[in-house]
Amino acid sequence: MAALVKQKNSLLLSMVILAVFLMLWHLLTIGGTGQGLPGPVPVLKTAMEFIRHPFYDNGPNDKGIGILTLYSMGRLVFGFGSGVVVAIIFGVVLGLNRTIFRAVNPYIQILKSISPIAWMPLLLYSVKNSGITALLVVFMASLWPTLANTSFGVANIKKDYMHVSSILQLNWFSRLFKVVLPAAGPTIIAGMRISMGSAWVAIVPAEALLGSLGLGYFVWNEWNNLSLTSVIFAIILIGIVGVIIDFGLNKIAERIAFVD
Amino acid sequence: MKNKKGNSKDVSLSVNCLGDGFDPHSSLAHTHCSCHHDHGESSRPVETQEEIIDRAVENSVLKALFGNNETSRREFLKVVGSGAALALISDLFPLEKAKAWAKEAPGKLEKTNLKIGFIPITCATPIIMAHPLKFYEKYGLKDAEVVKASGWAMIRDWAINKQTDCTHMLSPMPLSISMGAGSQATPFYMPAVENINGQAITLHMKHRGVKTAKEMKGFTFCVPFDYSMHNYLLRYFLAEGGVDPDKDVKIRVVPPPEMVANLKAGNVDGYLAPDPFNQRAVYEGAGFIFMLSKDIWPGHPCCAFATSKEFATTMPNSFKAVFKAIVDATHYAHKAENRESIAEAIAPRNYLNQPVEVIKQVLTGKFPDGLGNMHNVPDRIDFDPFPWQSMAVWILTQMKRWNYIKGDVNYKKIAEEVFLASDCSKYMKELGYKAPATNYKKHKIMGKEFDPAKPSEYLKGFAIKSEG
Repeated sequence: MAALVKQKNSLLLSMVILAVFLMLWHLLTIGGTGQGLPGPVPVLKTAMEFIRHPFYDNGPNDKGIGILTLYSMGRLVFGFGSGVVVAIIFGVVLGLNRTIFRAVNPYIQILKSISPIAWMPLLLYSVKNSGITALLVVFMASLWPTLANTSFGVANIKKDYMHVSSILQLNWFSRLFKVVLPAAGPTIIAGMRISMGSAWVAIVPAEALLGSLGLGYFVWNEWNNLSLTSVIFAIILIGIVGVIIDFGLNKIAERIAFVD
Repeated sequence: MKNKKGNSKDVSLSVNCLGDGFDPHSSLAHTHCSCHHDHGESSRPVETQEEIIDRAVENSVLKALFGNNETSRREFLKVVGSGAALALISDLFPLEKAKAWAKEAPGKLEKTNLKIGFIPITCATPIIMAHPLKFYEKYGLKDAEVVKASGWAMIRDWAINKQTDCTHMLSPMPLSISMGAGSQATPFYMPAVENINGQAITLHMKHRGVKTAKEMKGFTFCVPFDYSMHNYLLRYFLAEGGVDPDKDVKIRVVPPPEMVANLKAGNVDGYLAPDPFNQRAVYEGAGFIFMLSKDIWPGHPCCAFATSKEFATTMPNSFKAVFKAIVDATHYAHKAENRESIAEAIAPRNYLNQPVEVIKQVLTGKFPDGLGNMHNVPDRIDFDPFPWQSMAVWILTQMKRWNYIKGDVNYKKIAEEVFLASDCSKYMKELGYKAPATNYKKHKIMGKEFDPAKPSEYLKGFAIKSEG
């Protein structure tokens, strides 16, 4: 009961924060005091226009916001999906072998700290295709956090588990799927969530810089028209979609995660 | 590919039989062909594939007129003279149309769904409007698409990576890309200029008192790209006014929409940029139009239509179709009476994504300058496809002047390889437009004459330059 009241209070507080923010935003931008920055009302109007027809298609440079969101999410699914699979495979290898881990770890640390966007010119130059480059940027963004977390998680599995699996004479395959992955599961999932976050962050500039359709393209196209209401709408949308994706990943994680 | 080879073989075989039918001394009977006559003496020798087709059409018309009576044809031509005969027959029979049909017939388009890249600026008007106004369709390119890029580097990469077949470019770009300056060296063609004039120097409102280049010392300027007319015209303008563009001012490469935002924020003092971003600054109250680029060089080239040599040679028929569509569209855009409807066609989000009012102010030349004056300059922006090779030479001299290219430059050779002036003039004539008789002319930039025959001497004449 007390927990429920607390939850209610948090919800109420959230609402208050939002209301105060909107009020301040409105007051600061009303009557041209905000250097031409649009207030919440015009942004809402623009948003309604875009949301009313989310799937129109007026040619290759003008598609509905729903289509653009799907483009970005599709890019995320492929880039993130392949990135995470590769990261987990290498992560397990590194986690199980101390020597290799120690040898490779410094490089991972260096690579991890490079913004995926910094790779973009090099990737574009070598693959010569902006669509694939955008996917590779997302791939790079999702690779490192999961790789680092997986190797860490696997390396720190309780020794008891490994001993037990030896005693049971499990073969390599079932040892991996019945012991190693479930035991390292929570750390891997945590890595995947960070990966997902950085992949989503990388998508917007990648699309804007490569001219690939998606939410990043939308931001750039509206900025070209100096339409700040549309840009703000896009910012909010990108945030909301990000939260939804993270929520979805969390739900999946809850189903497969192993509880110690 | 096989088919094409077959074609050209046919043509080269039959060329032996293509004496000038309008030459009273030549024969049209095939049997006489094998070397009784020296065809080199023919008054109008044939060389290109198109001329061969022209000749074949003329001769078949003559044959139809005179039957196989060689004597009466020769008599007729001797009396009338071949030039008059040609004119006379053209009057009776649509000779030019027949020639055009004959050329269209074998030209099956290799690809109709061309992807054509563009930057959303009014310079690209013909390239963009050819889509909604169906110029591409008119020439058989049924599913041609125009795709929007956000910057010149993206345009370059798309074009080199063959993600686009043809593209809008700044006229210095096909030259620099062909030479490998600021890019991988890839042979490019520039079949046509898009717009002439149409740029401006816009300054921040706080500089409303500025009258000369001298007063601009210490300014921070923006241009859209290193290899742009904007960069070279701004540098020229400053240097003529005694300001060294490398030392006395800062010139930064910035995408145009960010120029307006930066101007508004006061981060920069001004820019030489494509429209609508000059007019947009006025619309936003961020700046005023200091000088139109046509007052630096009246009729200067700006943006261009470009494609890789590879596309032009592997898909010659599609290349020709898109070339003609562009020449046609550019002439359409030249006409003042079409400008308002063009503005409405290209303003939507799929194309320029700009307020239609701003586009109209640019295209019609009736515009406020931001200082409270209304102007009426119909050629503020104009459209003329002819790629003067002398313009290419000028661009190369400026690239050399400001150290964008190093070493010895064979100005003429590069200009003629990249700027397809002869082809453009041919298509202009075919479509019924007047074309210049030469590919070079002298230009006047801020009153100073540029002679394309003497580029090195021209360069030596500049006191301010960064060339090492």
